Amino acid sequence: MSGIFRELRKNSVLFAMIVPTLVYFIVFAYIPMVGVYYAFTRFSYEGGLFGSEFVGFKNFEFLINSGVLWNITKNTILYNLAFILIGNVLQVTCAIFLSEVPGKWFKKTAQSAMFLPYFLSYVLVGAFVFNLFSSNGVINTILAQLDLPPYDFYLNTEPWKYIIVFFGIWKGLGIGVVIYLAAIMNISDEYHEAAKIDGANIFQRVKYITLPLLVPTFILLILLALGGILRGQFELFYQIVGNNGMLFESTDIIDTYVYRSLAVNFDIGMGTAAGLYQSFFGFILVVTVNYIIKKIRDDYSLF
Amino acid sequence: MERASVVFNTIGYILITFLAVLCLLPFLLILTGSFTAESEIIRDGFKIIPNEWSLEAYKAIFRSPEQIVKAYQVTIGLTLTGVVLGLFLTSMAGYVLSRKDFKYRNAISFFIYFTMLFSGGLIPWYILMVKYLGLKDSFLALLLPPLLSAFNVILMKNFMKSIPDSITESAKIDGAGDFAIYWKLILPLSTPGLATIGLFLALGYWNDWFLANLYINTQDKYPLQFLLYRTLASAAVLNTSAAANLSPDFRPPSETLKMAAAIIVTGPIVFLYPFVQRYFVKGLTLGAVKG
Repeated sequence: MSGIFRELRKNSVLFAMIVPTLVYFIVFAYIPMVGVYYAFTRFSYEGGLFGSEFVGFKNFEFLINSGVLWNITKNTILYNLAFILIGNVLQVTCAIFLSEVPGKWFKKTAQSAMFLPYFLSYVLVGAFVFNLFSSNGVINTILAQLDLPPYDFYLNTEPWKYIIVFFGIWKGLGIGVVIYLAAIMNISDEYHEAAKIDGANIFQRVKYITLPLLVPTFILLILLALGGILRGQFELFYQIVGNNGMLFESTDIIDTYVYRSLAVNFDIGMGTAAGLYQSFFGFILVVTVNYIIKKIRDDYSLF
Repeated sequence: MERASVVFNTIGYILITFLAVLCLLPFLLILTGSFTAESEIIRDGFKIIPNEWSLEAYKAIFRSPEQIVKAYQVTIGLTLTGVVLGLFLTSMAGYVLSRKDFKYRNAISFFIYFTMLFSGGLIPWYILMVKYLGLKDSFLALLLPPLLSAFNVILMKNFMKSIPDSITESAKIDGAGDFAIYWKLILPLSTPGLATIGLFLALGYWNDWFLANLYINTQDKYPLQFLLYRTLASAAVLNTSAAANLSPDFRPPSETLKMAAAIIVTGPIVFLYPFVQRYFVKGLTLGAVKG
């Protein structure tokens, strides 16, 4: 203990500088961790943290037996897989073309255009969806001009999967392209020059030089993303689907379920249980993924 | 040019142009939508290029702009306060954790990093904020949550690690205090890192609607994006079965008005982002985030 006090006296200013940050994380991150106890209670607002009735694993049992947990887990994972796989493949493709085609102005403009969605709020994504798919939205206007019958998107569940995947990838395209472009810039020009002298054309150079050298970055980014596969993009789903119950079967993810437990159904115990399930298995996933990355490329591991 | 290059470039230009247009299109649709005459939308619906152009929606908004002006004030105030305060706390913490002679730097780094790996979840956090901290309907509920993030602190720490130790050491020999070293020497050397994190913070505050949705009841306290969300949501109802229950004299907010509101709310971002884009690129390539 005396070591701590000596250190405190010696570096008192440094301690004072970091104390606000420590207090912040204790209050807003660590104290809520105590609150996972709600998952094991039938919550009452007056009772609060320790005055609510303890029910053991009842909430978890209900989540499993009702099939809710399976459905939201499946949706969360499948959507994230679509975002990760389609997203990364598109980003790599764009980055390769952007790095190879001539025309500085074209590249700059295209990259800026692709980066715009990253800066827009998800509320605006909601506005796009309204503008495109509502009963007098752009799609229905086009259908009417082609003398086709109108399509009521709000009565059909099928198209929403694709709409969500589209906007999810749309939002992350620019930032992903930037990351892959940075990786491509790190590839030494000498490889390409040597291959050119040997008579390799651009397709051959991309196939035998750029792509193989991008594989580590690609795998790393995929692995990192897989570590977070249980974390859903709440804002994206909520702004597109909202509280439209008809669509939940195919669009409900863990994060939207937790949010509705809080804001719509007031089912604190159940919502906390679903959140704890997500945090717990998410934690195990990240640690596992980090272990794997450490085995492959130690310098890229997270911790 | 060899044949393969011509083919490659053609595919490249077509694909990149297609995707770039796709990225811009939704925004352009809102833009043209906001300049369309209301009557045309009621008659034909939204179009990509309207037949009748109109400034009516913007005129209507600027005839009684109180609400949007108020929301702008809230958002600008929050963004400025949040960025300044957030940068101050983040950079101080980052500096302390980057000091090699600070004994507990690894333990504290992990203490902060762990919050990225595991969290109590939305609901315990919400109950803490409302029941135990009493932040319902308070600006603090909008200001505090984005203020510090483990990601930013560690990014800052890694950035400051790249500043040579000799600067701190020689200043100490000259008798400078730790805070003075941070304030006078380290901060000026950290501008690229500060710019990056400042922009992350600014974007977070500017685009937030979720916190307002959870905590804010009073209309005067709505930030911009939440005001837009409410404006849009009041119309989305009309497209669902709930619309049948509305009284016949209920007037929905006009369609073009919503689009114009979306443009006004987003405005500054669209003009500013091409200039700040490179800082994001720099920040992202600062290196892997490590604990």
